[in-house]
Amino acid sequence: MSVTFVGMPAFPVAAHEAVADSTLRGNLRHATHTIRAKRAAAVAEVSDWARLREAGRRIKDHTLRHLDRYLVQVEEAVTAAGGTVHWAADAEEANRIVTALVKATGESEVVKVKSMATQEIGLNEALEAEGIRAYETDLAELIVQLGKDRPSHILVPAIHRNRGEIRDIFRSEMREWGRPAPEGLTDAPAELAEAARLHLREKFLRAKVGISGANFVVAETGTLVVVESEGNGRMCLTLPETLISVVGIEKVVPTWRDLEVFLQTLPRSSTAERMNPYTSMWTGVRDEDGPSAFHLVLLDNGRTDTLADEVGRQALRCIRCSACLNVCPVYERAGGHAYGSVYPGPIGAILSPQLRGTQSEIDASLPFASSLCGACYEVCPVAIDIPEVLVHLRERVVQGGPATRQGNKVVLKPAKGHAAERAAMRAARWAFSHAGALRGGQRLASRTRRLHPRTLPGPGRAWTGTRDLPPVPAEPFRDWWQRTHGGQEGTK
Amino acid sequence: MSSRDRVLGRVRRALADVPEDDTPYAQAVVRDYLRRHGERDPEDTVELLAENLVDYRAVVHRADAGDLPLLITRLLEARGSGKVLVPPGLPPEWTSAPDTHWVQDHTVSTPEELDRVDSVVTGCAVAIAETGTIVLDGSPDQGRRRITLIPDHHICVVRVPDQVVSSVPEALERLDPARPLTWISGPSATSDIELNRVEGVHGPRTLEVVLVSGDHSSP
Repeated sequence: MSVTFVGMPAFPVAAHEAVADSTLRGNLRHATHTIRAKRAAAVAEVSDWARLREAGRRIKDHTLRHLDRYLVQVEEAVTAAGGTVHWAADAEEANRIVTALVKATGESEVVKVKSMATQEIGLNEALEAEGIRAYETDLAELIVQLGKDRPSHILVPAIHRNRGEIRDIFRSEMREWGRPAPEGLTDAPAELAEAARLHLREKFLRAKVGISGANFVVAETGTLVVVESEGNGRMCLTLPETLISVVGIEKVVPTWRDLEVFLQTLPRSSTAERMNPYTSMWTGVRDEDGPSAFHLVLLDNGRTDTLADEVGRQALRCIRCSACLNVCPVYERAGGHAYGSVYPGPIGAILSPQLRGTQSEIDASLPFASSLCGACYEVCPVAIDIPEVLVHLRERVVQGGPATRQGNKVVLKPAKGHAAERAAMRAARWAFSHAGALRGGQRLASRTRRLHPRTLPGPGRAWTGTRDLPPVPAEPFRDWWQRTHGGQEGTK
Repeated sequence: MSSRDRVLGRVRRALADVPEDDTPYAQAVVRDYLRRHGERDPEDTVELLAENLVDYRAVVHRADAGDLPLLITRLLEARGSGKVLVPPGLPPEWTSAPDTHWVQDHTVSTPEELDRVDSVVTGCAVAIAETGTIVLDGSPDQGRRRITLIPDHHICVVRVPDQVVSSVPEALERLDPARPLTWISGPSATSDIELNRVEGVHGPRTLEVVLVSGDHSSP
């Protein structure tokens, strides 16, 4: 099972608390608006963006449709290059594999490159339970780890913190983990970056085990790709003697050449740069350069269940750029924590309920955490139709039906709490298929319209809490049409 | 059942809807995007590389092959670098600066030793004009990945126009995936504080790129 933040309430409850936090809203507003304009400019520089996006979509779709073949190819290529491949059906198995690999080295600490997959499986906690300390080395991850906080964004997990808060965390917490923050540290971003450099350097230099994820795995060559900015990735990938990469099975691309698409679309979509500062590519192990032992852990953990859903599987195209978070009006106001998952925002709202299933309160509420405005779809560099999947998952939550869980076909029961919605839909279906009843009902509604309340009672109250009830016209359209002989002249 | 079989079995069951004769890769992936963005002569391509390097805070210098040793000496002096690391295959004439302690890679091996070096001088495999990127592939004039990572100052020599391509697709064509590759676009940076780019985190905080012309000797 993936990590669900403990005691996580449904999205509306968590979001309700978050929107009342004015510092949080200010921080998110500032950060998302900064990046939005920059991303638009970076994308506009490339005249063939739409074609790159389509190529990316097709590469990923093709790979997913033949994933078994490409995974076997990855295994062969990585093994041939001197790496070892492990398979993990779920989070627990992946954690067990990694823990055993670290223990076999005799080390009790590891340095980590920022990785969504290892966050998803709760690797740090699993290692901690076995007496192994994992140091996060990405600046934002460090801020989250030092602040005993939770990530709230895919790319910048500490996006909910402003520079003043970061300075305070560094000042009070760094000494607990190693080198303390420099005396007189201010909130200037350059000084904060310098403080992180000094704090982490001793850890990089002595590290014997590195743990990473990967942005891409090339099937034909067995090459792994990590895209980053700070150089912490390079440190973790090249200095330790042992490197363990935990990678979701959907990260595969068939050919070396496929990277030419994603290395153009990913940096522009995520940090709005022509190219991110550092990209590392490695194939197995290499004499005297980098780790002498390389382990690749291929992770399922709900991905094959997602793959089994013909509508929902497109979520596996995601390259974790976070452009959809940055444009989302719901994310901007509610923040990442309300989504109760390491994958927040629009992509999280379709990924978490598919990876984890829709049984829990939070997961059943996530498909509804959207206004369906479609901005996410528009910016997505692999054209995931997020609104389509949201609506599909809403249907699954409300009506239940067939799904796949842990590789088994199951039939989900309709979720509790949607009874009124189902009753309303049933009534509507009946009315629309009985013309006489519909006509009678419409006339009655028109005649009594002065008596209508402005808000709905009972379960409908939540809906009218933020909307006006649409006014009923004085006369139904059909009656008006007949009375005015509408249309007759037009069809002569 | 092994986990490998379990995962592969789940994948195959999940893909029951995919027909045997599904569109093959070559037809499924349409590559109608551009090989490069705009046509430029080699001189303009080098000019674009310089512009984009500067845009991401790399310091760009130009030199003729004959003046290169002097320029490198001057750059190291300006920075006050006493101890300078070089990969084994760097052309010896590049490292003629007097008063400099030249350290060959492999003579220092531990990360701690590398941390006491002031600067590193290398060549590169290819440079990408459209993105302002230099790529290292571990060839003898570039050395192991760690030597361009730990020192705080990196001087990278690009032979122009031979080593410069326009675009990412052209660069991938020239590179060998079997080699360890490092793509570098400006000095180390982060966007983690309020999603604004700040230079200078773990990698070299100063990246100086020397565009050298008239030198076609292979490393």
